[in-house]
Amino acid sequence: MDFATVIQILDSAVRLMTPLLLACLAGLFSERSGIFDIGLEGKMLMAAFASAAAAAVTGNVWIGLAAGVAGSAALSLVHGAASITFRGNQLISGVAINFLASGLTVLLGQTWFGLGGRTPALDGAARFAEWQLPFAAQIAPVPVIGPLYADVLSGHTPLVYVALLAVPATWWLLYRTRFGLRLRAVGENPASVDTAGVSVTRLRWTAIAITGLLTGLAGAYLATGLSAGFVKEMSAGRGYIALAALIFANWRPWRALGATFLFGLMEAVANRFPGIDLGPFTVPSMFMNALPYILTVIILAGFIGRATPPRAGGEPYVKES
Amino acid sequence: MTRLPRWADIVLTPLLSLVLAFAISALVILAIGENPWTALTTMVTGALGSSYGWGFTLYYATNFIFTALAVAVASHAGLFNIGAEGQATLGGLGVALVALALPWPHWGLALPAAMIGAALFGAAWAFVPAILQARRGSHIVITTIMFNFIAAALLNYVLVNLMRPVGSMDPASARFPDGTHLPKLTDLAASAGIEWGKNTPANITFLIAVAACALVWLLIWRTRLGYEIRSFGRSERAARYAGISPVRITVVAMLISGALAGLMAVNNVMGEAERLLLNSVEGAGFIGIAVALMGRNHPFGILLAAILFGFLYQGGAELALWTSIPRELITVIQALVILFTGALDNMVRMPLERLWGRR
Amino acid sequence: MIPSGEHEPGPAQGPGFGAAAAPAGAWAGAPAGASAGGAPAAIELRGISKSFGPVQANKDIDLTVARGSIHGIVGENGAGKSTLMSILYGFYRPDAGTIRIGGREIAITDSQTAIRAGIGMVFQHFKLVPNFTVLENVILGAEDGPWLRGSLARARGELQRLAADYDLQVDPDRTVETLSVGHQQRVEILKALYRRAEILILDEPTGVLTPAEADHLFRILGGLRDQGKTIVLITHKLREIMDITDTVSVMRRGEIVTTMPTRDTSPERLAEAMVGRKVLLDSGRTPAVPGPAVLDLKGLRMVDKDGVERLRGIDLSLRAGEILGLAGVSGNGQSALMEILGGYPEPGAKVEGRLTLNGRPLPLTRTDAGARRDAGIGHIPEDRQAEGLIMDFAAWENTAFGYHDRARYGRGWLMDTAAMRAEAAAWMDQFDVRPRDPDLASRNFSGGNQQKLVVAREIENDPTVLLIGQPTRGVDIGAIEFIHRRIIGLRDAGRAILLVSVELDEIMQLSDRIAVMFDGRIMGERLPGQTDAGELGLLMAGLDPATTAPEDGIPPEVGGPAPPFDPGRDRPSDAGPASPSPSKGII
Repeated sequence: MDFATVIQILDSAVRLMTPLLLACLAGLFSERSGIFDIGLEGKMLMAAFASAAAAAVTGNVWIGLAAGVAGSAALSLVHGAASITFRGNQLISGVAINFLASGLTVLLGQTWFGLGGRTPALDGAARFAEWQLPFAAQIAPVPVIGPLYADVLSGHTPLVYVALLAVPATWWLLYRTRFGLRLRAVGENPASVDTAGVSVTRLRWTAIAITGLLTGLAGAYLATGLSAGFVKEMSAGRGYIALAALIFANWRPWRALGATFLFGLMEAVANRFPGIDLGPFTVPSMFMNALPYILTVIILAGFIGRATPPRAGGEPYVKES
Repeated sequence: MTRLPRWADIVLTPLLSLVLAFAISALVILAIGENPWTALTTMVTGALGSSYGWGFTLYYATNFIFTALAVAVASHAGLFNIGAEGQATLGGLGVALVALALPWPHWGLALPAAMIGAALFGAAWAFVPAILQARRGSHIVITTIMFNFIAAALLNYVLVNLMRPVGSMDPASARFPDGTHLPKLTDLAASAGIEWGKNTPANITFLIAVAACALVWLLIWRTRLGYEIRSFGRSERAARYAGISPVRITVVAMLISGALAGLMAVNNVMGEAERLLLNSVEGAGFIGIAVALMGRNHPFGILLAAILFGFLYQGGAELALWTSIPRELITVIQALVILFTGALDNMVRMPLERLWGRR
Repeated sequence: MIPSGEHEPGPAQGPGFGAAAAPAGAWAGAPAGASAGGAPAAIELRGISKSFGPVQANKDIDLTVARGSIHGIVGENGAGKSTLMSILYGFYRPDAGTIRIGGREIAITDSQTAIRAGIGMVFQHFKLVPNFTVLENVILGAEDGPWLRGSLARARGELQRLAADYDLQVDPDRTVETLSVGHQQRVEILKALYRRAEILILDEPTGVLTPAEADHLFRILGGLRDQGKTIVLITHKLREIMDITDTVSVMRRGEIVTTMPTRDTSPERLAEAMVGRKVLLDSGRTPAVPGPAVLDLKGLRMVDKDGVERLRGIDLSLRAGEILGLAGVSGNGQSALMEILGGYPEPGAKVEGRLTLNGRPLPLTRTDAGARRDAGIGHIPEDRQAEGLIMDFAAWENTAFGYHDRARYGRGWLMDTAAMRAEAAAWMDQFDVRPRDPDLASRNFSGGNQQKLVVAREIENDPTVLLIGQPTRGVDIGAIEFIHRRIIGLRDAGRAILLVSVELDEIMQLSDRIAVMFDGRIMGERLPGQTDAGELGLLMAGLDPATTAPEDGIPPEVGGPAPPFDPGRDRPSDAGPASPSPSKGII
């Protein structure tokens, strides 16, 4: 494998990491507030569809982005109502949201575009353009660092940089602000926040709103950045992989970056080498496709690292003295 | 807090949830510019208006009974098994291996063997998530979802690289030998002199599914194992105090659950397609979640809910045939049923409780 | 409102206080004119009522608490004490009635209002974030602005001042979960004071403290009162009421039945008012006639899955026909010990030692509570709702719980439900469980009747050794008497009983021998007639009574008892049923 291939794979890894990272941070806000969210998958899918549909119709990717966020926010609203207002089962709500998105996207897609659930292919202003970072061209000739900067870091669509900036922003919000202090507290012991006269409900709703925003970005990136349009089930389990990354990251923002990059890298390698020839036998492409899921299981089994989830996660808050 | 009377808890709340789910589905149909009433009549006529429709409805219901029983048994143990889809996929592999292994002389021999194959493969696929949950605390919801994806990839590999007959381009196994052909319900009716459900896939597996309901009821409410499963599902700490091993119950409950999910393959792979196809489960594993929630994890409730979803499924196919409403409408309805009966349960319950409190 | 003579400076005494000497009934109905001659009362409740569905939790409550006094509220479980305080703290809104704080009528709609009105609350179950530092816990909800830096700096200074003023030293940078329970309670008090609370309500504050820690708490409370703060102490321990309060109210069935100056009453009279009839504070115990040793435990050590040593070499010998009481503050390894003896050491724990029953060795490391029962060791667990019962099961299902593999419930796979029902009905008769409905779900019984179901099951299976944890926690006095008598009856039938209780009174009342546990060790053994609460208290604090004065028996800030935030364990949990969690593991 030569250096150019490495650069290509890394570049691809950054692209593939982006939706995972955004979804992972989305899950971080929700779960840090004590709300499990296995509906990340569905919200991403809904956002992907909404953004592709809006971008296809208006030809403007920014309108697409807004529609994507609105789509996932609507599903967040459902999840919030189920798990906060009506104190329902958060897992079941997540499952329902995933099916709802899976059904609605195709139903609406077929009704509006008649392409069997796809949206029309996007091009031009309906997709995100790639941004060249400053001095990319000048630095490019420098050995090693040049290609790393110019090809791996530079030349991505804006949402990639949004995702990368979201990492320090999340860290700062979580550990340096009043909101973060309360958010972390509500996921550990909601009664502590409640008895301090702060509304548990409002905090959790805020967290869920942020989750909706970030999954919206993740989905929009899938349809308008990574691909050119929506296809049926295009989230392909990324929401679940983001959850696995969140556990792997121990619910911390910087580690989330590392974990999602790892998954992105794996997918990139699998894409680049569909069947790996190991001499006596060939690793089939199906195995490479299943690798992220297998790795997720291994991570969940705790053979790598040990996770301590937010203590109050999954439990609806009921006041008691 | 007022408690609802038992009948309201068991019958009224799920019924109201269902009504809500259907009402919103009607709005969805309106939103895509179709007429909900026409849709409903199309569905009813198509699925229930003829013995032909019933034949399909019962065929689908058979699938859902198995997967819903799988979800329910796990749920009694406090485990949320979202992996019925993958377990049923593997069950199909088990059925196919059994069916193709021997030149079966008669279905009466092939059926029990195929059931064992289906149950074993389904159980095996549930075993890994179960043992990881029991020993390592890996959340079974996510591991079973992952195992669904892995099952799909595995089946793809097996069909393309191993089981595909030479010269065939289809990712499917060879056709099963004639000796594995299961009697259809229409044949059974014909032998009783009744013409019913000609050319429909409903087969003898439906009766096995009904028997499975009875057996699961016996297991959960009348056996020691069921007692232990329910105890563990309510409180792991109490179970440990009572000498019930969490590891054992988690694994046993998931094995039973996986076996039930796997058994579905007897219906769709052996009873209908008569060869193993890619994606033969067609989401029945997930529908099992909705059916189990709707049926309150009780085998009798599951039987009724499965027939309801069988109707929806067959009706949905009719919709796609006669109107421009895509089949995915069923996925939406399924999602809404899960949402209202499972997650938004309190939305229905709270006003009811207030109503009862006032009386 | 009753400035007792011993405590200076008391608030000004208005003419309205002439009623102080009047009979209790008249007192409770005293006019609101407490402010007539001096400072307005700190708290003034008029006609507070609150019901939850058909249950009337508070009925027409009138209560006046004078500024700068300590007021006690006693009552049995379920008498409505906690509901009343929750109303004061804005958790519930009363159905009727008015609240005046410092003479001003306010509507306390939420905790924020209560805090702004100067009310601080120290809950029985601390409301702290375990993995936050003391400082973070203190500012939570009372931050100065959106950025944390400034808030933290100011709080640090403020904490130093409060520590100096009120003897409330805690390291501000320490994570709360590493603090001893007593220090966690200080953090709760600091939280209230940081929010400038003038009224401090403490709900059962000494349940988790050693006697010396409790004394230290009372000194702090005394100091706060002397600085003009008002304190409401909710407790069921009459001794505390007598020791520290200026005035006391007794609640029964949602009503305040009497309010009087503490110095005018006695524990006997308070107990009578609580129960509504004469109470024997004595279980009628006759001396034990111990037989040979049946249970022998040698060198028991246990290291939990986090590598913390929770039991550090325990030797115990239990004889037939005796009750060995195990005293100690909760969280010192009693639960771990009982679980190991009961056959279910906590997952991931390493256990070593030797256990014999009638000379036959029993395995210590394996998890099999069923085998332990077969060997003859019964167990009434300390938490009936989380362990002893499945709350959603019918009574008849629960009376077989743990013994469900016995042949009398049917052979083979199937269970004989008719036999189970019949047995449950018979036991419910014998143990006077009300209502006598074997089909009723266990959560619909009161705490006392739930406990009777467990006691019936464990006693009727006639164990050689019975392990009993907190037999009367959250149980009303009537049921306490009943359960105590049954325990003594079992002892007199020649059974060996190991009793764990954090209620020193209960231990002293029932035990034939007393062992004290601290930090995973047995600190010493005493005979009930030859010791007193002071000596036991020192042992409970891990100190040697021979070398320490009783008032110094306070555990260190860090270390000592096991981590109190170990989920759901070693903590009183009569607050509510453990909700069946949909989630096992992490997501």
